[in-house]
Amino acid sequence: MRALPVGDHGLLVELDSGEAVEALHAELLRRAAAGRLPATREIVPAARTVLIDGLAEPERFAAELARWDVPPATRSGARTIEVPVRYDGPDLADVAELWGVTPEEVVRIHSGTEFRVAFCGFAPGFGYLTGLPERYHVPRRATPRTRLPVGSVALAGPYTGVYPRSSPGGWQLLGTTDAVLWDASREPAALFAPGTLVRFVPQPFDQRPEAAQ
Amino acid sequence: MTDRAFAVVRAGALTTVQDLGRAGHAHLGVPRSGALDADAHRLANRLVGNAPGAATLETTVTGCAVRMRCAATVAVTGAPCPVTVDGRPAAWGAPVHVPADAVLEVGTATHGLRSYLAFAGGIEAEPVLGSRATDLLSGLGPDPLADGAVLPLGTPGAPVPAADAVPHSGPVRELVLPVRLGPRDDWFTAAGLRTLLTGVWRVSSASNRIGLRTEGPALERARDGELPSEGMPLGAVQVPPNGLPVLFLADHPTTGGYPVVGVVQEAALPAAAQAAPGTPVRFVRAHRSPRVRGV
Repeated sequence: MRALPVGDHGLLVELDSGEAVEALHAELLRRAAAGRLPATREIVPAARTVLIDGLAEPERFAAELARWDVPPATRSGARTIEVPVRYDGPDLADVAELWGVTPEEVVRIHSGTEFRVAFCGFAPGFGYLTGLPERYHVPRRATPRTRLPVGSVALAGPYTGVYPRSSPGGWQLLGTTDAVLWDASREPAALFAPGTLVRFVPQPFDQRPEAAQ
Repeated sequence: MTDRAFAVVRAGALTTVQDLGRAGHAHLGVPRSGALDADAHRLANRLVGNAPGAATLETTVTGCAVRMRCAATVAVTGAPCPVTVDGRPAAWGAPVHVPADAVLEVGTATHGLRSYLAFAGGIEAEPVLGSRATDLLSGLGPDPLADGAVLPLGTPGAPVPAADAVPHSGPVRELVLPVRLGPRDDWFTAAGLRTLLTGVWRVSSASNRIGLRTEGPALERARDGELPSEGMPLGAVQVPPNGLPVLFLADHPTTGGYPVVGVVQEAALPAAAQAAPGTPVRFVRAHRSPRVRGV
């Protein structure tokens, strides 16, 4: 664990693995809930780091952090969300080729994986989901698409993501979902938050509902 | 009409509703957003007796015009500009009483980019996650103003205090940004860091509420490759592969994969919000920082 300064009031804590990020993030939230964390403005877990911003005394906090005993993250008590997917994405065949399996196997493997929201970013409600074994990691498309449909379920690198709204993007598209990833009038607004567990549930094509907007 | 509201007569180049933003949601991918020149926003509110977090209008260069549906006290701060009520000159940087049905015009900025128009009672747009700020990156908050739109006003609270001295800055001849190196300064060579602290850039016309982009010397990288995505704070100086620093402003993405060579102190961001394209930009090493008094 290494804490790097971020401006006058922030620390970027570097960790060795996504699991260590998960564990530290969980510990920060536990301590915050118990009133044992100094005031912060943002706690942002990411791939290999946790950004802690808005600290009055970041150096002092970094020294304290070095003495923490952080237990490994457990998944008990985490919220599990089921996301129905129509696996009809334009890149399904390409992903099957990259994985060396049939498209049906891609669906079976993807929907058989327990994903976890490692971190968010890019857009409100967009989560970077980990869980696919390394041999299934795929590169981005050589040419990004200028517009992906809302609800696109996609892969890139070690991550799976679902686009909360229509946007440009270079990820490989496996399918689409009608699940609403972000609704500001809902509590919570984001379906995915760091730590949320996610399962994708294949939806038969012949039960495809009217396209939702 | 007697409802507490105003109608947009001329929306201007880009006029948005802003307050102090929605901090605390970066982990969900939600930018902080809020007034880019937070000092000017607070001052405008103070001049009309509002709390600092009341929503104001942030204009961009060409101002805006609104027709009041009720009498209201207003104030314009930030980029200096002509202010008129039904065509008659009114004060900039001071409370102005505008009668019902009058047209209040915030003119084109004489220098600086963004003016702030506060109404006593504040703008009562629908809050999202506790803020009424328009976030252009993620599309949260009220839409940017459009001609004909009607926005509601709140009820004025405290009586309007007497105006005290209002700072009136001259044109920004050079933007000097105090930067604290890190967290990824080690991704740059010693020559690259020297360039950062001695070079002169110009504000790019591609700048917006997401970031102040620059044109000038490229920072030399010490290592290639991509950084796994990490959290990006307000004021981050991110360096994309072209080597030109981008200063992250209020609507910046909350995570990103380009290295952050340093972070500019928040107290310097209002000046960055007012720097026009072409303005020279320098970065200087920040010393641990001054609690800067609010204006």
